[in-house]
Amino acid sequence: MSALLPASPRAWFAAVVLALCAAMPVIAGAIDEPYYMDIFARMMIWAIAAVSLNLILGYGGMISFGHALYLGLGGYTVGICSYYGIDSALVQWPLALVIAALVALAFGAISLRTRGVYFIMITMALAQMVYFLAVSAEEYGSDDGLVIYTRSELGGGFDLNEPLHLYYTIFGCLLLALYFTRRLVASRFGMVIRGVQSNETRMETLGFATLRYRLAAFVIAGVMCAAAGVLSANVEKFVSPDALHWTRSGELIFMVVLGGMGSLFGPVAGALAFWLLAEVLSRFTEHWHLVFGPFLLLVILFARSGIDGLFGTRDDAG
Amino acid sequence: MDWVLLIEQCLNGFQLGVLLFLIAAGLTLTFGIMDFVNLAHGSLYMLGAFFCATLTLWTDSFLLGVLLGLPAVLAAGMLIEVTTLRTLYQRHHLDHVLATFGLILFFNELVQVIWPLDGLRVPFPPAFDGSVPLILGIEYSAFRLLIIVVGLAVAAGLWFLVARTRIGMLVRAGAANPAMVSALGVNIRLLFTFVFGLGAALAGLAGMLVLPILGANSGMGEQIIILAFVVVVVGGIGSIRGAFIAALVTGLIDTLGRSFLDVLLLAFLPTNAAEAAGPALSSMLIYIFMVVVLFLRPQGLFPPGR
Amino acid sequence: MLKPILGTLLVAALAVPGAQAAKIKIGFVTTLTTPAAVIGNDMRDAVELALEHIGHKMGPLDVEVVYGDDEFNPQKGKQATERLVKQDKVDIVAGYIWSHVLLASSNTVLDAGKILISANAGPSQLAGRGCHRNFFNISWQNDQTPMALGEVLNQRGIKSLYVIAPNYAAGKNMVDGVERTYKGEVVGKDMTQWPAQIDWAAELSKVKSVNPQAVFVFYPGKHGPAFITQYKQAGLEGKIPLYSVYTLDSLSLPSFQQANMTGVLGTTMTQFWAPDIDNAQNKRFVSGFKQKYGKYPSFYGAQSYDAVFFIKSAVEAVGGDVSNIDGMRAALQKADFPSVRGPFRMGPNHFPIQNFYSREVVKDADGVWTTSVREVVLRDHQDPYAAECKMK
Repeated sequence: MSALLPASPRAWFAAVVLALCAAMPVIAGAIDEPYYMDIFARMMIWAIAAVSLNLILGYGGMISFGHALYLGLGGYTVGICSYYGIDSALVQWPLALVIAALVALAFGAISLRTRGVYFIMITMALAQMVYFLAVSAEEYGSDDGLVIYTRSELGGGFDLNEPLHLYYTIFGCLLLALYFTRRLVASRFGMVIRGVQSNETRMETLGFATLRYRLAAFVIAGVMCAAAGVLSANVEKFVSPDALHWTRSGELIFMVVLGGMGSLFGPVAGALAFWLLAEVLSRFTEHWHLVFGPFLLLVILFARSGIDGLFGTRDDAG
Repeated sequence: MDWVLLIEQCLNGFQLGVLLFLIAAGLTLTFGIMDFVNLAHGSLYMLGAFFCATLTLWTDSFLLGVLLGLPAVLAAGMLIEVTTLRTLYQRHHLDHVLATFGLILFFNELVQVIWPLDGLRVPFPPAFDGSVPLILGIEYSAFRLLIIVVGLAVAAGLWFLVARTRIGMLVRAGAANPAMVSALGVNIRLLFTFVFGLGAALAGLAGMLVLPILGANSGMGEQIIILAFVVVVVGGIGSIRGAFIAALVTGLIDTLGRSFLDVLLLAFLPTNAAEAAGPALSSMLIYIFMVVVLFLRPQGLFPPGR
Repeated sequence: MLKPILGTLLVAALAVPGAQAAKIKIGFVTTLTTPAAVIGNDMRDAVELALEHIGHKMGPLDVEVVYGDDEFNPQKGKQATERLVKQDKVDIVAGYIWSHVLLASSNTVLDAGKILISANAGPSQLAGRGCHRNFFNISWQNDQTPMALGEVLNQRGIKSLYVIAPNYAAGKNMVDGVERTYKGEVVGKDMTQWPAQIDWAAELSKVKSVNPQAVFVFYPGKHGPAFITQYKQAGLEGKIPLYSVYTLDSLSLPSFQQANMTGVLGTTMTQFWAPDIDNAQNKRFVSGFKQKYGKYPSFYGAQSYDAVFFIKSAVEAVGGDVSNIDGMRAALQKADFPSVRGPFRMGPNHFPIQNFYSREVVKDADGVWTTSVREVVLRDHQDPYAAECKMK
């Protein structure tokens, strides 16, 4: 029984946060603040996206400035299907994941030949190209965006129009994302990826085809992020090219860094902290960017390991 | 073949290229010498425009605005370097990107607090407010010609500085082997501050040159910084020559693309498709160009040998 | 022992809510951060002025306006709307500068059964296919203003037109609008990258080469002054007349005046309103705005001012019972309130059927640059999407 209890402060923190997320609908109902449920739903979606980015950024050292692209791909697949009257999740959702995988495969193949800043620029450029494509697509609203009139139909008693069903679907996906990441990182595949980040030449000498491993990680991350995009489209009932812009990718990178790169729960903490900070600061002053900007700078300068770093050093994948 | 249009567009492309070079030069210097990725370089471009605007409106002279504004931007750049960026040199590129991203947010907001919300505009300097007749009966904007001339002069001056002066030699040596240069008694930190300041001044000058045409606005840095990064990356990080050539090519591709792409597309596609594809494609053109270059030469066109 | 307890109970009893006058809470979503806040501030200023003019009362109710900031971002705008509806529990939501923010946020308000009033954004979806019985627009539909401009071009005998506009939804709407009514030939069209492109050297060279009879542009915000400056620099000012929509207005004219860009004086545009339209409400609005804020209001402000009086007419019609949504809706459909634009009707798709005027940039009696109404171009004009609206 004691094996089920959190083993360390870090694990306790994760457990508490997840419990808070799980209990939020009840809490929000009790204090009559349904708005909090909306915020938490949104934050959990961003957390899933951050977890996916952490796979390649935190564990793999690949600084992709175009990751938000996959959020957009997931959202637009749902939106465009709905536009043509295809509302079944059994069609929309797998389609979104397949499209994301194909795009990630293509873009990864192009970008992963480069390193460092070149990689940053290429990922940004590719994402911007998709952004321009979305803006040009007049049929789907261009930058006015696409209104999604019906949420995905899951069937089997699940109705995403019910706030609780939607909320717990998102929560479930978050748990799934975390579980999957944990298994992946602890597996042989995960070891190779982390080895590549630490010393690629060594891994190559050991006989690993590092490019293929990195590409695989890139695709997995893209697919997971697209899943977040699908959920986002269902929550917002709206999708627009704004979600694809490189500044959104920058925000995602920030969440991962704020939470602690290369830690399992870091991206979730980072996503929550990022949104809460923006929400709280904006209530104090209109000029909150004046504080937010330097705050980011200070985090980079003094708290580089992010929130996860507050729990001391890790000796394993966390 | 409309030669008049073609020549004019080439001049336009040249002018854009020269402007991009002014910004990219500073960026590639800090990048190549200090290995520092400075996203906030665009903020220095913006500050240059605002300083010059305020001084121009105060002294009623654009020239004075530029002459007084340049030292102001130089000082601002060096101040930023000394107070915040210096500690980041040893860190990973990602840290540079994120820290300077935070600076961008800060400066964009600061500018909205200090200056009017919708920016500042200045009247055109009367001496350049008009057109100059060129060959083939082309009338080209005097001010844009000025930009080209100033840009080329600065490029020449920069080449001279880096290749022919002692300071330039120190800069190049500091890039190749900072420890050795420091061991020889040169103050590396001061050198880096100088390089950063120089880059800031170049970016600020670019901001001042566009001020009469575009005005000074919050967020104007973001629009140009991506293009500047494309130029730096395509040219090869750390190479001023690469930045110059890449800047001119980028300027020409962007301008000629906007001018003739729709005509080209109309030859292949029906009108509706051409009208929809044209703007999309010309936005993407520079990015496609960069992706192709990096695919073929992942280090850029003229990476400085180490 | 008993006294303090009684005292506490007394204080508690007095603190029970409901002891004050009944209130109506209006949520107003606009842009209050980022440089686009110039527009948001103008709207907020106009709302505050309107509240002053009605003495902060609508019928028997006190009025409280809660502002939400969309940060020029649809997701943030939706979140601000959610906060207003679910946390602040406002009775009615108004505002919205941007179409994408409005489209993202509309279902939050409408699904909650509340009334939504747009004080600027007029996307075609909400006028046509996506119309909703609780949604009202008090400004215009995006296509209408450029349609009026197309008419102006016809009236002035312009046979060849060069079009330059930004390549995003609003830009495309403007171009589509002009092309609906303009009968001449569009000899060149450049849709530029938005918002990155702020230098039109290439496009202006093309204009010189093609030599049309007139040029039509749409460049809102800071792009407007930049374009006009470059138009002059390219030597086109005075040679080829420039027509525009939403490019020159009270928000941008002061900076033109500061930069002494005299070329904009005398240029023509179209709008549903101008500061000098002659009716009592408009006079009161404009003079009140100038007195309080020291500058002319823009059309954004005019629409926001109208929104307050629009809501007031509905509240008064239901005698302060804002839970009577059906009653409020009926009153809003009648649109029986003094508008700064003069008399108009509300269309069946809840968009106004109104006049559109040509306007010119002029110097007023104090030497301040402003816009002045000239003549009616489209009378009682209904937006082209009304027929697609099948309102339940």
